[in-house]
Amino acid sequence: MSGLTEADRTAVSTIVDQLKSKPGALLPILHGIQDRLGYIPSEAVPLIAEALQQTAAEIHGVISFYHQFRTSPPGRHQLQICRAEACQARGARELEAHAKAKLGIGYHQTSPDREFSLEPVYCLGNCACGPSVRVGDEIVGRVDATRFDQLVDELTTVPLEVK
Amino acid sequence: MMSLKIFVPCDTTALALGADKVAAEIAAEAAERGAAVEVVRNGSRGLFWLEPLVEVETAEGRVAYGPVAVRDVKELFDAGLLSGGQEHPLCQGLTEQIPYLAKQQRLTFARAGITDPLSLEDYQAHDGFKGLRKALQSSPQAIVDEVKASGLRGRGGAAFPTGIKWQTVLDAQPDGEQTQKYIVCNADEGDSGTFADRMVMEADPYMLIEGMTIAGLAVGADQGYIYLRSEYPVAHRILDQAIEKAEAAGFLGENILGSGRTFRLEVRLGAGAYICGEETSLLESLEGKRGLVRAKPPLPALVGLFGQPTVVNNVLSLAAVPFILAEGGQAYADYGMGRSRGTLPMQLAGNIERGGLIELAFGMSLRELMEEFGGGTASGRPIRAVQVGGPLGAYLPESQWDTPLDYEAFSAVGAVLGHGGVVVFDDTVDMSEQARFSMEFCVEESCGKCTPCRIGSTRGVEVIDRIRNGERPEQNLELLGDLCDTMEFGSLCAMGGMTPYPVRSALTHFPEDFNPQGREADHG
Repeated sequence: MSGLTEADRTAVSTIVDQLKSKPGALLPILHGIQDRLGYIPSEAVPLIAEALQQTAAEIHGVISFYHQFRTSPPGRHQLQICRAEACQARGARELEAHAKAKLGIGYHQTSPDREFSLEPVYCLGNCACGPSVRVGDEIVGRVDATRFDQLVDELTTVPLEVK
Repeated sequence: MMSLKIFVPCDTTALALGADKVAAEIAAEAAERGAAVEVVRNGSRGLFWLEPLVEVETAEGRVAYGPVAVRDVKELFDAGLLSGGQEHPLCQGLTEQIPYLAKQQRLTFARAGITDPLSLEDYQAHDGFKGLRKALQSSPQAIVDEVKASGLRGRGGAAFPTGIKWQTVLDAQPDGEQTQKYIVCNADEGDSGTFADRMVMEADPYMLIEGMTIAGLAVGADQGYIYLRSEYPVAHRILDQAIEKAEAAGFLGENILGSGRTFRLEVRLGAGAYICGEETSLLESLEGKRGLVRAKPPLPALVGLFGQPTVVNNVLSLAAVPFILAEGGQAYADYGMGRSRGTLPMQLAGNIERGGLIELAFGMSLRELMEEFGGGTASGRPIRAVQVGGPLGAYLPESQWDTPLDYEAFSAVGAVLGHGGVVVFDDTVDMSEQARFSMEFCVEESCGKCTPCRIGSTRGVEVIDRIRNGERPEQNLELLGDLCDTMEFGSLCAMGGMTPYPVRSALTHFPEDFNPQGREADHG
């Protein structure tokens, strides 16, 4: 993959330069890149490795250890469904099945139209009012099939501009 | 004219149920009616079934309404919301008199939901920074002694005495020329069914900042890190703002309150790895590495972050410290039972009618908690199983619900209190599916360093699948028992070591669910 634009490459370098002297800088750097680009492109790995004086293999090892870091671009909306016990007790298993069927994708996949990426998550801390779903930085509680469909519809509805 | 204060929480659960829209609607409705209203975004009281819980300030105290939806707002105004009118069916009366809240003994959560989490004025008006001021006038040893006297034990799950940990770090001689020590707050609250740490950070962040600063003064550390899980975006935003404001006001950073003492604090985000809640894995992660568990000894208190002496405490342990310093260790120790002193914030979650945070002295029974506070299941069906202490905690059947909430009492029945999370399941639960999930979760989250955890969990899923399919059940049940023993006694940390707890408890107390015919009969 060499799809990185010049602007993206500059963004990566800037983030690396800003954060590299922090103690234990790698996670902050990876978060910084993913927040900006939505993922950590493979081209970023040698840049980070050089700045931190580590091997590319070490950087890759850290990226692959953490569930949250992704190495390919996500869909326009990232949906996380809580799979943990408190949400299970409120019907999360049914919700998972419904969501996969509705979006036509499984976990760690992105819909063909690139609208949605679906990820599992283990607890969003909303355990008294599950099942819980995270959309971007927003957490939504008591999500059943109907509420899920409503969420998806809201996200895919493009507001019409009135001229 | 003073404007009327209306409170709408900015806590994750309140937001997840529409609090932002309710707050906006209240402001708009007030404007339309020409009423001078100030909408304050407070923390949550932890009465989650009532969220969004709207409170109106009156001369008698705050009047509560909940759960409020956007469509209720106009009606509430018509029914006299602005004067604290109690006619509307959503009115819960005076907040402080809601039995769920009135029956609690709130020390750590005394301010939760009362104050604006980011207001330093509110914090100080409610006893904030009293403990810090006292600590600044005390010797490090005197601070540590106060914490020892309180009997505080780590609230992260292992229940290790906090004062002893601090003493070890205070006494530690840092390596060679290096004199750095660290305070690390474990805010990787990954257990399902727990949200007490999140509530502290979202409702009362200065309390955590104060507790960490006191810890720094006690052991001689001038740098602290809060390792926060990335699943908590609201807590992240609030903590970052609170740190900035506390520094600007001189409560944090250099020359704290003119004392010449320094304590710097930074939030670091995790990246979705449950294992990083284990303290040595957390330290590896903070150092920018894979979150692999370290063998102990050496203890992190001696060889911790970047190899330096480090206090690693849970949010709730650090949050208890300002009270202990302000009121004295004895005042804290006066609560509790046996060796479990102080209060324990329990969290009621899962299939429960009235879920939320309940802070009580140790000693109430699980049954009282679920029935008196929780009001039974949300589905209205009978409770069948209760998992206490997170994904590595045992499932308790009805015969064990009279166990008092106390570390030792739980341990005696093969269960753990852990971080105080209680997840309730009704009678539709399939316990063999839950046991399978425990193993599956361990597959997903094992750091991979030790074999019993890494391989054992994968084999565990396979064996449970065979049992569920009725394949040679007797032999496979025996094999599962052996596997659980190997994981419990052979794993490096609690991840592999405790995954057998929920599995064994499901097998022991709900054997009928592991028999395909039994499951058919129960769940059709």
